[in-house]
Amino acid sequence: MITTPRPRLAVWKFASCDGCQLTLLDVEDHLLDVAGVIDIAYFPEATKGKIEGRYQLSLVEGSITTAHDARRIREVREISETLVTIGACATAGGIQALRNWADVDEFLRIVYAEPSYIDTLSTSTPIEDHVPVDFQLRGCPISKHQLIEVIDAFLHMRKPNIPGHSVCVECKLRGTTCVMVAQGIPCMGPITHAGCGAICPAYDRGCYGCFGPSQAPNIDSLAAWWKQLEVTDVDLVRALRTFNAYSPEFREASEAYEH
Amino acid sequence: MSTEREIAVDYLARVEGEGAMYLKLRGDEVEDLKFKIFEPPRFFEAFLRGRRFSEAPDITARICGICPIAYQTSACNAMEQAAGVQITGGLRDLRRLIYCGEWIESHVLHVFFLHAPDFLGYDSAIAMASDFPDRVQTGLRLKKIGNRIMSVVGGREIHPINIRIGGFYRTPTKIELDGLVPELEWALEAAADTARWVAGFSFPEFERDYEFVALSHPEEYAIQQGRIASNRGLDIAVEEWSENFEESHVEWSNALHARLKTGGSYHVGPMARYALNSDRLTPRARDVAEEAGLGQVCSNPFRSIVVRVIEIVFACEEALRLIDGYERPPEPFLDVEPRQAVGFGASEAPRGLLYHRYAIDGEGAITEAHIVPPTSQNQLSIEDDLRAYVVGRTHLPDAELQWQLEQAIRSYDPCISCATHFLDLTLDRG
Repeated sequence: MITTPRPRLAVWKFASCDGCQLTLLDVEDHLLDVAGVIDIAYFPEATKGKIEGRYQLSLVEGSITTAHDARRIREVREISETLVTIGACATAGGIQALRNWADVDEFLRIVYAEPSYIDTLSTSTPIEDHVPVDFQLRGCPISKHQLIEVIDAFLHMRKPNIPGHSVCVECKLRGTTCVMVAQGIPCMGPITHAGCGAICPAYDRGCYGCFGPSQAPNIDSLAAWWKQLEVTDVDLVRALRTFNAYSPEFREASEAYEH
Repeated sequence: MSTEREIAVDYLARVEGEGAMYLKLRGDEVEDLKFKIFEPPRFFEAFLRGRRFSEAPDITARICGICPIAYQTSACNAMEQAAGVQITGGLRDLRRLIYCGEWIESHVLHVFFLHAPDFLGYDSAIAMASDFPDRVQTGLRLKKIGNRIMSVVGGREIHPINIRIGGFYRTPTKIELDGLVPELEWALEAAADTARWVAGFSFPEFERDYEFVALSHPEEYAIQQGRIASNRGLDIAVEEWSENFEESHVEWSNALHARLKTGGSYHVGPMARYALNSDRLTPRARDVAEEAGLGQVCSNPFRSIVVRVIEIVFACEEALRLIDGYERPPEPFLDVEPRQAVGFGASEAPRGLLYHRYAIDGEGAITEAHIVPPTSQNQLSIEDDLRAYVVGRTHLPDAELQWQLEQAIRSYDPCISCATHFLDLTLDRG
């Protein structure tokens, strides 16, 4: 039997809710298989042990919101051969990127008791604004099937099979009747990246865009649809400004429809 | 001259989020002790202002990927109270059912993956799996059934999509819920067996006279509703929180410290719930607790792992009861019309009391939000525990003392991601 050292995996956390890294523990049926083929060398949420050195695969959760973290992500990049961002915070700045539009003076008026204790930047930005990223896995939270696909693709040195089409395709695959056409429910599915399995429409709810923009989304067309459903521009902007607000496509559209 | 020693853990492992611990001893005296939280703040309370009242459940869920149902439930409770709407019958049962799923998933994660390795001397559950393969497999399967409840009722495990103010987008059919029963029946037995296992762990001799604070409900083991009660006579409605508790800001923590106005630290979480409400546990959970030798009150934080398992037994039994009695409600949700009001909501997150308060205007926009997560309430209690624990143990070698202190912190299942997210900010424009 040929034995080669198992590649080392590290999981890094920046500003986030921990949900995407929890997804790695949520792959209940495959967790021990994953641990068999890859050495979980740094994953503080799950293990006290730490193997120093270089990591073949780094999964990065969270966005950059402090000067300290802006330095730390560069160090992480240096010791990582492949760096994959997981989730909306790491790929688009997360819900905390709403601060990027905040009126700074207004924020200062609601300052806490001892603001000098807090170290923070005025923006929340995705990882790729700071270092080169090898692959971005979307979702708030990510899909565990897609996470396994990314790890498997890494192990076999192939490109992950993560389609960039919209949630609409997943509804068709699932056999869900279009909630926007049939029930008049405003749905972001036409402009949202697939990956969740089109859960919301299957629960009689419009997609709310937690996987961020699909490839080349036609947001103007969606806006026209929503107008017919009597959704105001204010509510359209609000819908674009949630968990992937600072993704370039949603950001530009939300600014265009703001006035 | 007495010697000076420092024990510092720069990044606590197997907790959710980023925290650290610092202890400075001079001889046998504790000179300085801090449970530090350096997780960067995300300012939920600030950016919730101006959002629609109906968005609060989905937005606040993102405070914590481990207990999103707790945030969604407390937010719904607050908004429904503000609108004068009360959820009853099947809709209320479904809220409780999905919450049972979250308790199972979160508690199993803590018991098997975060806490048990401390007692057995491993770095992680994955390392433990080579010597305890059956236990780790049991943990994974138990966790999965908790997650399945969340998926069936809520659409997915992390940040479920089906909860809305007034109820659900779509209620599950009876058949969908019945599909959970066989695995839950297995889980009930597996959890009872796990209780016997963890009850046999070796626990340091350590007890503190805590003020336990938890929701309490006359008819049930409180999860998603109740009054705020304590073992020292506190008994208040949720809307009276701010008259009885206060928060302060310390330099070493990005999470506010909460304390009782009448005194100091208090303790929230499974031990508090158990101390106040154990007579309302389901029958099997009561039997298993007795078999585990738990008594009426458990005041040893290291033994909280046993209490957590008792709550897993309870949550499985309660989920089975709720599914058995389930009839699909005629409507998936009640219409909730916003009005200018202040709403208060609380529920028992796996780690303890989670309090929300919102002011909304006549158009349904949020004008103020205030969120107090369990871990920020436990910070003072954690520090008090550590300070008390060190007394009489300063002779221990650094590595051993550090291991035990970390274990003590972990016994709270601290969720630092939660605790940090309600801070307002100062800006560094650099």
